Amino acid sequence: MARMKFICDAERCIECNGCVTACKAENNVPWGVNRRRVVTLNDGVAGERSVSVACMHCSDAPCMAVCPVDCFYRTDEGVVLHDKDVCIGCGYCSYACPFGAPQFPTNGTFGLRGKMDKCTFCAGGPEANGSDAENAKYGRNRLSEGKLPACAEMCSTKALLGGDGDVVADIFRTRVLNRGKGSEVWGWGTAYGKPASGKPGAAPGEAKKS
Amino acid sequence: MRRTTAVLGLMLLTALAACGERDQSTANAKRRADTPAWQSASSPYAAAGYTPGDKAALETQLRERAQAQNDYAPRK
Repeated sequence: MARMKFICDAERCIECNGCVTACKAENNVPWGVNRRRVVTLNDGVAGERSVSVACMHCSDAPCMAVCPVDCFYRTDEGVVLHDKDVCIGCGYCSYACPFGAPQFPTNGTFGLRGKMDKCTFCAGGPEANGSDAENAKYGRNRLSEGKLPACAEMCSTKALLGGDGDVVADIFRTRVLNRGKGSEVWGWGTAYGKPASGKPGAAPGEAKKS
Repeated sequence: MRRTTAVLGLMLLTALAACGERDQSTANAKRRADTPAWQSASSPYAAAGYTPGDKAALETQLRERAQAQNDYAPRK
């Protein structure tokens, strides 16, 4: 079976936060919890980059290793999920995770820390697939409907890729080989086309002659 | 005599108290097993062309669906 992974293309991410919104809407994520967020480096400086980050569904997940009640499990598709009925909300997974994926709702009395919540790769939890109980605790189970995570599928610049690791790696590799590197990667010409490219049969550089 | 027996019994219980410790190994974790993604009831929200219950069909569906994210894929 496939091993599900996310890849975010930092050259394409425009920090629109559409993935964050899609995730929250699709999974009814509570207030104060962000299963996915966009991190921007060198904000406002030339060459700034943004990356959309959530649970990376690690092959050797540190959260799984440190959980004292062993509430984590890995599905056949390689998705790291957890059982909220077993979770005690201790927060060890949060310290262990290098991506800051585990989230804790803190909207209770005196900032009470609830049970851990994280990206499920839109694959729900241990309850029956697509059931109301699963939806209430973990959100939508799109994977069992033959769909990929909402964040990746709705990304308008196709920066966030989600799916079988081999497939998304191939997509990314093809993209990088096609777009080249340096200044040609992104910019006005790449986004909207060069002046000559709109004319039929126009060769690159023809615009300069006319 | 009765008092000695009682004291001895109490000492024996105290000595054996540690033997009654419950198993804390992770082998007996209470986490429930999850049903595989392909084993689900038919859903009105299922992707067009995908019928739940077939593992190979889910794999194909996800592989094809991922190509929607590929803007260098050949146009059909």
